[in-house]
Amino acid sequence: MTTLAVLEQRDGVLRKISHEVVTAAQRLGGSVDAVVCAAAPVQGADQAAKFGADTIVTLANPAFAKYAPEAWAQALAERAKQGGYRTIVFAASATGKDLAPRVAAKLGVGVAADLTDLATDGAGLMVTRPVYAGKALLRVKVMSQPAVLSLRPNVFTPVERPKAGAAETVAVNVPAGRVTVREIKAAPAGTLDVAEAQIIISGGRGLKEPANFKVLEELARAFGGHAAVGASRAVVDAGWRAHADQVGQTGKTVSPSLYIAVGISGAIQHLAGMRTSKVIVAINKDKDAPIFKVADYGVVGDLFEIVPRLTEEIRKLHG
Amino acid sequence: MKIAVCIKRVPDSETRVKIAADGKSLDEAGVKFVLNPYDEFAVEEALRRKEKAAAGEVVVICLGPAAAQESIRTALAMGADRGVLLQADKIPADPFETAKVIAAELKGTAWDLILFGRMAIDDYNTQVGPLVAELLGLPCVTAVSHLDIDGANGVAEREIEGGIEVVDFPLPAVLTADKGLNEPRYPALKGIMAAKKKPLEVKPVQPGAGTLEIVALTPPPDRKEGKIVGEGAAAVGELVRLLREEAKVL
Repeated sequence: MTTLAVLEQRDGVLRKISHEVVTAAQRLGGSVDAVVCAAAPVQGADQAAKFGADTIVTLANPAFAKYAPEAWAQALAERAKQGGYRTIVFAASATGKDLAPRVAAKLGVGVAADLTDLATDGAGLMVTRPVYAGKALLRVKVMSQPAVLSLRPNVFTPVERPKAGAAETVAVNVPAGRVTVREIKAAPAGTLDVAEAQIIISGGRGLKEPANFKVLEELARAFGGHAAVGASRAVVDAGWRAHADQVGQTGKTVSPSLYIAVGISGAIQHLAGMRTSKVIVAINKDKDAPIFKVADYGVVGDLFEIVPRLTEEIRKLHG
Repeated sequence: MKIAVCIKRVPDSETRVKIAADGKSLDEAGVKFVLNPYDEFAVEEALRRKEKAAAGEVVVICLGPAAAQESIRTALAMGADRGVLLQADKIPADPFETAKVIAAELKGTAWDLILFGRMAIDDYNTQVGPLVAELLGLPCVTAVSHLDIDGANGVAEREIEGGIEVVDFPLPAVLTADKGLNEPRYPALKGIMAAKKKPLEVKPVQPGAGTLEIVALTPPPDRKEGKIVGEGAAAVGELVRLLREEAKVL
């Protein structure tokens, strides 16, 4: 049985989430064919071999430099059909969430989406997906042929398992789509997306006013580019922070290694969005705040004293 | 502008999830259901587009149980013109089956726009919109947080990791609405009264079983009990030590 692992590139460079996709595809047993849509050979694509890809195919088309939803979907669906793959694995990234259903529909199936676990056993392919923003886990038996899966980012830790990784570039000829990406407006340099960050420092109403988020931004910078600043729904709804930063049931569900909740009381919809974080730290002046119930480590007190001290300590570590 | 908005009835985000006796579904006793928050952005956008064009119709379509009429009435109270409930006791676990039922209803009408919320906050599938677009052969942009439409051409912005994708597309199209697209209006009393008299057609449907079978719904694993490290800035040293030596995340 061979699994098709769909890698992602941006600006011709392999995105790290691709390592997670190959790692998870490995877990299904059998061999792994990795595939990426691009205009030219992708920098870092050979790394897919390090994580277990037996082959790495670049589906090349001059129009594939930027995400081309319809053309990529067609190229991938054709590839999936030709290869007779039983399982196709995507990342549930911004691109994967858009692309996987398009490919799935062309193959006549739906997506088992945003998975946090997967396994094959005697019963077939079993997957786990958080629902109600992580307040419950759904175990699903996937009987579709093929099975189209997407994986929640930051959950499947890449494991090195070197394989041959025979690389091949195949020119594909598919019609240009009707939906075209004109440009990508990049976020300011150094800004990490909360959905992908390994460390998240989130702020809530306890910050008192928007300008005070600079305290959290300084702490994020002290982590040397591995940290993103998130926000609770209350402060996003108040217009203090961008919608993209919201963590919770009506925002992003995140699973970083370290989540630091600052001045967030811990509404149930917020807890749902961050409870799968590996380690949770809460800093809050109210010792009875619900956030302390899910936190591994809590510090009670004035965040304006605690956070700058923490920033100093982290700087020392990274200095 | 003839606009369809496809909505879903979902448990409110403050719901405490209890598992039903079958071990596979939510115990709905005492659960407050609402119009899916992302669908509010879709309804609002449809209303604004119709108002701007000063002509057209906004039709709300919902797959769900009889009680989902309430969610349709919420959208009608916001200002939508009429509703269609595709009535089924259970929403399929396989989003492709949901998409087929909705696509069948949409087919044959010359919609200018078909709007969805980016995702439903209960099952987090994030795919019925693009599946329907594929089934209808229409262009699709997902997770739209900004939208400009000029005649038959649209420009949408969608958030990606570390940036914003600016996307051109032609109408008619399927779009899924993200937070940030607009500020949904609250239904005014007048709207709520008017909504009671707006047409709401109920059509029984029988979605297929699909190929995703729910085996179990379980509570998430409990987090092991944490500890209060201390109070104030004096506790920071110990916090950092624990993060390094015990949690090993620094």
